[in-house]
Parts: sequence; structure tokens; C-alpha cells
Amino acid sequence: MTDNHAPVRGINEFKNTAQSVGRAGGKRRQAPNYISTTNACKLCKPMGAALAFRGIEGSMPFLHGSQGCATYMRRYIISHFNEPMDIASSSLGEKHAVFGGGPNLKLGLTNIIKKFHPRFIGIASTCLTETIGDDVPMLINEFIRENESASELPALVSVSTPSYSGTHMEGFHAAVKAVLKTLVEPGQGEDMINLLPGFLSPAEIRHLQEIVEDFGLRGVVLPDISETLDGPALAEHELIPRGGTKISAIRAMGRARATLEFGRTMADSDSGGSWLARHKGVENYRLGTPIGLRETDRFLAVLEQLSGITTPEKYLSERGRLLDSFTDGHKYVFGKRAVVYGEEDLVAGMTSFLAEIGVQPVLCASGGKSGKLQEAVSEVSHDLSLETPVVQEGTDFYDIAEQTEALKPDFIIGHSKGYHLARKLAIPMIRVGFPIHDRIGGQRLMHIGYRGAQNLFDLIANTLLDKKQSDSEIGYSYM
Amino acid sequence: MSTAILQERQDQMCRTESGSKFSIVCDKESLAGAISQRACVFCGSRVVLYPIADALHLVHGPIGCAVYTWDIRGALSSGPELHRLSFSTDLQERDVIFGGEKKLYAALMELIERHQPKAAFVYSTCIVGIIGDDLKAVCKRVALKKGIPVLPVQSEGFKGNKRDGYRAACEAMFNLVGTGDTSAIPAKSINILGDFNLAGEIWMIRELYNRIGINVVANITGDGRVADICRAHGASLNVVQCSGATMHLARMMENEYGIPNLRVSYFGVEDMAESLYSVAEFFKDKEVMARARQVVKDELEKIYPQLMAYKKALNGKKAAIYVGGAFKAFSLVKAFRLLGMEVVMVGSQTGTEEEYKELQEITAPGTIIVDDSNPLELSSFLKEKEVDIFVGGVKERPIAYKLGVGFCDHNHERKEALAGFSGMLNFAKEVYSSVMSPVWKFMPRMEAQND
Ligand code: SF4
Ligand code: SF4
Repeated sequence: MTDNHAPVRGINEFKNTAQSVGRAGGKRRQAPNYISTTNACKLCKPMGAALAFRGIEGSMPFLHGSQGCATYMRRYIISHFNEPMDIASSSLGEKHAVFGGGPNLKLGLTNIIKKFHPRFIGIASTCLTETIGDDVPMLINEFIRENESASELPALVSVSTPSYSGTHMEGFHAAVKAVLKTLVEPGQGEDMINLLPGFLSPAEIRHLQEIVEDFGLRGVVLPDISETLDGPALAEHELIPRGGTKISAIRAMGRARATLEFGRTMADSDSGGSWLARHKGVENYRLGTPIGLRETDRFLAVLEQLSGITTPEKYLSERGRLLDSFTDGHKYVFGKRAVVYGEEDLVAGMTSFLAEIGVQPVLCASGGKSGKLQEAVSEVSHDLSLETPVVQEGTDFYDIAEQTEALKPDFIIGHSKGYHLARKLAIPMIRVGFPIHDRIGGQRLMHIGYRGAQNLFDLIANTLLDKKQSDSEIGYSYM
Repeated sequence: MSTAILQERQDQMCRTESGSKFSIVCDKESLAGAISQRACVFCGSRVVLYPIADALHLVHGPIGCAVYTWDIRGALSSGPELHRLSFSTDLQERDVIFGGEKKLYAALMELIERHQPKAAFVYSTCIVGIIGDDLKAVCKRVALKKGIPVLPVQSEGFKGNKRDGYRAACEAMFNLVGTGDTSAIPAKSINILGDFNLAGEIWMIRELYNRIGINVVANITGDGRVADICRAHGASLNVVQCSGATMHLARMMENEYGIPNLRVSYFGVEDMAESLYSVAEFFKDKEVMARARQVVKDELEKIYPQLMAYKKALNGKKAAIYVGGAFKAFSLVKAFRLLGMEVVMVGSQTGTEEEYKELQEITAPGTIIVDDSNPLELSSFLKEKEVDIFVGGVKERPIAYKLGVGFCDHNHERKEALAGFSGMLNFAKEVYSSVMSPVWKFMPRMEAQND
């Protein structure tokens, strides 16, 4: 199967594999069942919620819990985006843990409103407040009633995010859904489409907006972190960063023509798109994150359908150039073995792209546990990959490291917490996703669409060339 | 005072004015809804114990508390690196409902088997405090089974602030002290407390002590080893750096073993020299003192010409300081003075009233002094005072950067050694590379000023 020198045999086998994989759903190695987690490949649920809330206009993310969680998450997020990231906290102390955190939650809201004048506060519970059993929605209703006289309260949205079930991605999606559930209002149909892209980078959100506009569509992206987490240098400190999805636009999302939602592995119960479909009758298109050629094709096909126009020339030429570069560089990447890790949807997307260019994903790993990663990986790669990758959900870097050593990849692709793997094996690492704590520009990583695929292709091919060049005793200055 | 300040926080800051009475309120619990830079009890414990490199550090709780503290600090080890791994019991819903003791026990057994540590620290987090797992009992059982010390750290996040975490860490460590053999320890020996070996600082400091003829028994905790801590009671003196972190341990060792302690700082030329002199003085040994003088002289000669070059460039520039402990702030104020710079704002997360008073005494009139600040306040101070460089931790960085203000990381994540004599030079270089960068000239803040 790994015999790359026998093309004919390879192709036949590839067909057989494709069929058998299609039927059997691929190979799944059960993660060794360690009791503890070492070097987790996931983050906690409220962090995802805080990130999603950051993408709403005039928003202040708020954690109902003790101070430490908020401080830790802020530091973690700041180290990636290099942007201010305020997260308020109800700062519970010992007595609140015993008597309930309600009064502190309300006091916290009052203080935030007084000082920051937010238009939106997104309140995520934490492990502590879930365990002591604070009923946050009820407390918020009380708060609203008690402050009826106040001229204008910000929109208040709460989401339940106990970290002992689910990762930051479940928290992210749950927050998006909670925003929709709370804010969507009935009214006249709107000629717009909803975009629920999940956790993309600010640069990716900008590109997404550009694509949708070029199709002549009015799109509302939720959440929109394109400016809030990648803002310009300023003369004045902003209490709350500019940008974010307009609240008035969110209110109209129940009346949009359709929803486009990215995420093959997202649970239906976490999906904002499914909720809009079920309760507001907005048709939902669930797609894979548009990473690589085919996932982008699928995305643009839906845009063609919704807009009634064919893909603009701009994208056709981007696609053409991408294919041309595939030709130029195919040899340098073919048959290389890669370990892919991180959030499940990102892993699925990257696997899709790698399979397209002839890189063999050998391990697709995530700390998430949707139960759908296996299927997603198989769907995007079974007809291209010569080997079926090992797929591991709910894993940590201890497992990933063990497997990686055995699988002998040529490079790894994922966020910066996998660096120790690359270092140990002396292989290159392609940085994608979150967090990127060891480089600048995490907020500007752009991997979606044909343009993003182009970035990735050049990066991967050149990284491999660089490795070959620097390992070479001679060191040619041409390929 | 500016509108940026919440009424309730007025008494947690002040401006030094000659003649006026100084008062500040600190050690308050963080205010609900203020964006505090403060961390939790767990964070305090983790910071102190983390550099003990041959111990297993297991965080008992849901995943976040462990994952946010994974390999984020620059504490180096000359040998084992077990501390750089992040272990968590990763509590799931069923554990929260039925209790996490079983899982904790199994996790400890598994991890000790796998990594063969010299001791294990088990950190309690918020929800463990709520579900009521009996950490002590589990640790005891595992210790008996595995024959190594297994120490619970009572660091439930909500039970206080970072300083309570320091205390919990000291208490856990104190269980080790007194259990090792001290027979081979010479009389002229010390323990180094409160240095975490960021970027290899403790190696530098140890070397300086060795050069003046002083033996170091235990590093607490930078490049720390369990066995060294076990025999730390054999030292004649505890030399404690920084304000809060390990003072409690020094006090307990004083009470129990009669070991006196000395507070020092290794940051800045003056304080570093003073540390060597005061240790020499303690041992009342002419030889040691003579060597200390020589070492200081040699080291200063090495760095002085370069330092003065930096000073020339940096003269009159303005600095703002916001750090974890106030003790560090003293050294920073002095260091900036050595560089000819003016400190216009200084604050900390966990300072005490005495410390703030002292800060007021050593800073110029008009300097802003603040306790437990937040981004809004800090940015308003940076603007008001037209600061050239801001010294803080990673959470403060974007505040400065967004406004186009230079920044120097003086927190636990930094990768440059800033302690000792060569550290002073590194510090000057870092300040210089930020302050002198041409990029500030293009920032909107400056353009607005020039209009
Ligand atoms: S307690 Fe929960 S919310 Fe807080 S940091 Fe830990 S895992 Fe995250
Ligand atoms: S849960 Fe508690 S211990 Fe963990 S980070 Fe949050 S405040 Fe700290």
C-alpha cells in the first residue's frame, strides 16, 4: 500500500481501498484507555463561549464563576491574537460557593453595564457554578425584572458551559445557538443569508465575507471576530473593541433565506443552523469548513444556488491558479505522511486538503469527542488516500506522541501545542488553528477558500523543500 | 480622577504627592464585573510548585485549569522535565456527580507507575472543593502504596486569591522539609527561596553564591528537586527573594528549625550586589565578604560600559510598571533609575499596604500607585503619563500594544534572564529594543500628538 513505485497496482488498490473504506467506514483505533489526561488536545467549554461572544457588536463576555478561570482564558486568548481580550467574571469567593453566586452575578452585570456600556453581555457558566447549581437563566430574568426602570439594558444571553462535558468547540457552538435562541425576532422575511462558520480566524472571516459579497449576497456572519480580535492600532483605548455581528442583524436571522453552517462534526443539538431550520423554517446547509479544493467547490456550489449566479471569474481564476500550482508542486508533497490534530472540524478540513494533494494523513487526532470525526475523515478522503488514516477522538498529546513516533510522519499539522512532537522527531510543523502561541500572526492565518488552499499548499510544499534542502549535504539553490 | 475608575476602586489607588497622607486599600477580593488581572488560589500554588522538576504535578479537576498552565512558564530544569507535562484528572460529568476520588486514585497510580516521580503534588481546584473529594485520604493511600510522598495542595480556586495559593504550596512543601539526611551539609550553606529559574536565572545566582564560598542546599523552587527540599532544613540560612511566594515556607522553617531568613532581590545591579553582601554579612566571614566585593566589582566591570551606552539613549524616558508582587516593583523602580528613566506609574496584583507605602517613598511626586488594576485603568494611565515603556505580564501586553506603547514582559512566561548582573544588561537591552524602535513614530497616538 505504501509502495509508491508501482503506480498501476497503486491505482487498483486505491480503488479497492476506496470501496472498502466507504463500506467499513475506515479504521478506528481505540485510544488506549488512560485514566488521566496528559497534555490535553482540547480547551475548556467556557473559553469557546467567550470567543464566540467576542464576535458580537458591543459585547462583553462574562464568566459566572471564580476569577481564576477568566484570567487564565484571557491570557491564553491574548497570547494567540495579541489583542486585548476582556472577560468579566462574577469573581465568586468561598461564601458565594456556599450560598449561591446569584448576588455576585447581578452585581457583576451592574458593574459591567455601568463601566463599559456594552450592547451585549454573553454570560457563560463555569464548572463551579454548574456544580453549585446556580440557575443562570432564572437569575438573568430576575436581573432584567429588577432593572426594568433602567433606560436600556444590553442584550443578555446566557449559555450553560460545564467543562466536564465537552470542549471549547461545543462551548463555541452552544454560545452561537444561545445567541440565536435569545435574540432572533419575528418579522418580515429578509433577503439575506446566515453564515455560521464556527471558529475561524479573523482573516478567514474577512475572506468569507468577501466571497459572499462577490456572489452578490447579503450575508450575516455570526460570530464575526474579523475586527474584534484583529483590530488596528489605535489612539484611544476602546472600552469594547469595534466590530462584531450587529445585534439588529442577529435579530433578523430567523427571517433569512438560508443558513450556511460549517462543521461536519458538530452535534445537531449544538447547531444554530438546525435550530433556525426547526424553529424558524430557515433552510440549513451544513457543509464542511471550506478548506482545500473540494470543500471550497461544495461551498461555492451552494452560493451559486442561493445567488442564482455562476461563480465569479475572480474565484475561477484563483481555482485555476491553485490547480496550476498543484501541478508545479505535486512531486514535493506526494506520499509524505502527516499527523493532523486539533479541533475536529479543522482536522476534517485539513485531512480533506492533504488527501487532495497526495499527502497521506496517517493520524487524525482530536481532544474533541463528537463521535463523528471518523465519518467526516472518511467522507473527505476515502477516494483519494492510499492508506486509511487512524482516527482518534477524545485523545491527548500523550497518546498522539506515542502514535506519532510509531507512524513516522514527515510533518505534523496543527496548533502550537504540538510543537514538542515536531521537535522530538525533528520534523517540520505546519501551524494552523488555535492556539498559535509561538509565532506572531495567528489572527491572520488564512486557510479557507481557494486562496487559503493556495497559502497552505505553498506553505506545505516549501516547508518540505526547506527540510530537504537543509538536511542535504550539498544544499542546492534550485529545486 | 478620570471616569475610567469605578467608584468602588478609588481607594485601591493613589497618587504620590509630597506632604499628603498616603492611603491605599489592598488585599480586597476582586470586584464582581471588574476585569481583574488577578488569578486564583490554584494559580498561586501552581506557580510556586511548578518548577520542581522531578515531581508529578497532577491537577485534580476539569481540564481547563490544567491546560491553561501547561508549559507556559520559562522555568528551566537541568535534569528531569516532568514539570513540563500537564496532568489532569479531566473530570467528567459522572465524576462530578459521583465524586472524583476513585478516578484520582487510579490516575495517581497510573501516572506514578509511568513516570516514577520522586514525589507527587495533587492540586485541588474549584469544583473539587464543592464535590468534597477527600484529597488527603487519597494521597495518603497512594503514598503508602507507592512509597513516595504524595502531597495534597489545598488550592481550590475560589478560596481566596493567588497569595493564599502561595501559602498552600508552602504548606505542601513543608511536608517534605525535614525528611532528608543533612549530615553532609557544610556550615556555610543557604537555601535559595523564591526564584523560579526563569530563563536559567537560578543557575546564575547559584554560581554567584558559589563564587563567594557559599554552598546552596536547595533551590526553592527553580530547577528544584524533591530530595533537596527534603534536606533544606540542613541549611543555615534561607535567602528569600520576592514578596509573597515562599515567605510562608521560610517562616515555618524558622519556627520549626530555627533557620533565620533574609529577604533579597536579584533584580537590578544594586539589589543583586546587596544580596551577596547581606549573605556574606550573615556568615560574619571576612573571606566571604572580600570575595563578594570582588565578584561585584568584576561583574560590574563587565557590564558597565554597555549599560552606560543604554543609559545615554534611554535617559528621561518614561516607564510604567504593573507586576504580580510589589516587591518586584521596588527592584524595577531602581533598575529604571539606573537607566536614567522616570517611573510614572507602579502597581501590583497582590501588594500589601506597607509595600505600597514604601513604593510611594521611593518614587517621584505625581507617580500613580495602584493595587489590583484592570485594562481600562491601566490604559488611561499609560496615555495620561505618555509612557514609553510598560512592564507587565502577558495580559498587559495588548493594552500597551494597542495604543502603540513599548512593552517589556517581566512575568513568569518570559524567556530572557533578567536577574543578576548579566540580567540587568538583558533588561536594559530589552527596554532599549522596545523604546527605541522607530515603529512608535507611526502610531496614531503619536500622530494625534503631533497635530
Ligand atoms: S473550572 Fe472549568 S471553566 Fe474554569 S478553567 Fe477549569 S475547566 Fe475551565
Ligand atoms: S476552576 Fe478554580 S482553580 Fe480552576 S482556574 Fe478556575 S478559579 Fe482557578
